[in-house]
Amino acid sequence: MNLFSLALKSIKNRRFSFTLTVVSIGLSVLLLLSVERLRHEARESFANTVSGTDLIVGARSGQVQLLLYSIFRIGNATNNISWESYADIRQHPDVAWTIPLSLGDSHRGFRVLGTNRDYFQYYRFGRKQRLSFAQGNVFEGVYDAVLGADVARELGYSLGQSVTLSHGTGDVSLMEHGNSPFRIVGILEKTGTPVDRAVHVRLEGIEAIHIGWEGGRPTALARIRQSALDVSALQPKSLTAVMLGLNSPMAVFRVQRFVNDYSQEPLLAALPGVALQELWDTMALAQQALMAVSLMVVLVGVTGMATAMLTSLNERRREMAVLRSVGARPLHIFALVQGEAIIVMLCSLLLGVVGMLALQGIVAPILQQEWGLYLPIRWLSASEWLLLGLAFGCGLLVGLIPAYRAYRYSLADGMTVRL
Amino acid sequence: MNTGDAIRLHSVRFHWNQERPILDIPALHVAAGEQVFVKGPSGSGKTTLLNLVGGILSPQVGEVSVLGRNLCAMSGAQRDRIRADHIGFIFQMFNLIPYLSVLENVLLPCHFSKARMRRIRAAGETPQTAAERLLDHLDLASDLLRVPVTELSVGQQQRVAVARALIGSPELVIADEPTSALDADRRQAFLSLLQEECQRGNTTLLFVSHDDALESGFQRHIHLQDITLAMQGGTA
Repeated sequence: MNLFSLALKSIKNRRFSFTLTVVSIGLSVLLLLSVERLRHEARESFANTVSGTDLIVGARSGQVQLLLYSIFRIGNATNNISWESYADIRQHPDVAWTIPLSLGDSHRGFRVLGTNRDYFQYYRFGRKQRLSFAQGNVFEGVYDAVLGADVARELGYSLGQSVTLSHGTGDVSLMEHGNSPFRIVGILEKTGTPVDRAVHVRLEGIEAIHIGWEGGRPTALARIRQSALDVSALQPKSLTAVMLGLNSPMAVFRVQRFVNDYSQEPLLAALPGVALQELWDTMALAQQALMAVSLMVVLVGVTGMATAMLTSLNERRREMAVLRSVGARPLHIFALVQGEAIIVMLCSLLLGVVGMLALQGIVAPILQQEWGLYLPIRWLSASEWLLLGLAFGCGLLVGLIPAYRAYRYSLADGMTVRL
Repeated sequence: MNTGDAIRLHSVRFHWNQERPILDIPALHVAAGEQVFVKGPSGSGKTTLLNLVGGILSPQVGEVSVLGRNLCAMSGAQRDRIRADHIGFIFQMFNLIPYLSVLENVLLPCHFSKARMRRIRAAGETPQTAAERLLDHLDLASDLLRVPVTELSVGQQQRVAVARALIGSPELVIADEPTSALDADRRQAFLSLLQEECQRGNTTLLFVSHDDALESGFQRHIHLQDITLAMQGGTA
């Protein structure tokens, strides 16, 4: 039996207060780790939304706003890009591919994205992953629709079903494009990005259902069945945004300047990485506050441990004196108490990690469903280890207080305690 | 200098602060293997004397030698080592660590002293068998070995304390009022067991008590007020 097992037995003797201490510090560690993981995954999920795209082009506004409405589908564009501008950009020699995006309609709360087949060819997310189909295939006809994974799952749709789109975005009481239903021809695999929550149709489809809606309301013309329309006549007049892929990354600034200086129309070209960073930075303060609060909570927990240990020291002075009489040195007494702090911290950290993983197991599906935030359950990252180390260090540091006090006691008391 | 002395005090003076000394002993010798009854009213500096011999305290003046080694010339750590290796203590009460079993309590000194472990092995024993033998001699049944010490009677606890003091055959045992928590009729029996065990290992015994009834069991008596020049009635 060494000092460590002596400390263990001593703890076992006071298991109730020990358990309380471990639970309180464990919960604080759980909070700290959860905040860190949420923060990290949110950022990851963010940065993974779009990759392989060199520039995003939209009407002139801010780059964060452009990013929000084109990629995250949050809010609406203030203005559109004309088809002519789009054609000019597409013909720029440095441009390798383009993905036109047209937003504005919805289906039962999910955004409808008008685009073309290049979307499925060039859109990349995460580590340059392509979109892949769980079922069906790319749209062919004007009234074909490809659903994101969440849309199909949440609404219980399957291939071949018909859906009608609503004019505008929102959840309820919108005017329906009821006379032009779309047929589901494809369902995408889950990506963990806003793609999962979009209904993809051809640009021409968007155009077709809006014939006669130029005033924002259906006119008599809109009430006719439009399937007989000539597809080539359905070229849209404007787009919401365009994603660009370039022949060479060196060309980014040249093309960006070309777009920003475009004389026919005020346009903006944003680098997705830079815009993502800026968007992320706007949230940095809130994250830092959250992080600071959880660090405080750990400090509170650790202070609680010191309090509990200091309280127990008075009852344990006789125990220390006995240990002194059988040959323990004051340093042994110090190590005994510090060892207890170490055991408390190790148990707390373990509880925190296990608790965090368990909590994540419960919460991750809900987060994904409600906010589209994908939280993969994984082992601790380097930064999480660092936080654990930090908490451990705090515990050891604070544990020095009761340990030093016990040391002083044992020097003063010797083998006899006068209480 | 007689190195055969287990304890030797020479012109020892000890005081807290700058006040008059609590203890002022010109000379005190206890021979190896001797069993001595130390008597003194409370406040006569008994506890201080034990702390000096045990190496917890160091006198401001004079020399305290234990087993021929001058404690005053040693560091605190070295004195702790002397105590761990060579001195067993028995106190009035609360001798035992409440969360350890009887056996674990007895074995406790072995963890702090390699010398005790060596002596146990030299005698061809293991710590466990040594503890069992001692407990057996002290009339503690072997079925008590794993029992939590809190379930023992005070008398049993004191005998466990004796076993712990004696494990690994220290040269010196200091007993500080070990019988005062016992019933009067048990004291004599306890003392006999203690003396017997000390004799067996030729262990020097310093038995501190104010119980006159036990005095007759010893050949040598030291009355603290006779050997200290310090004023009576101070705080000990």
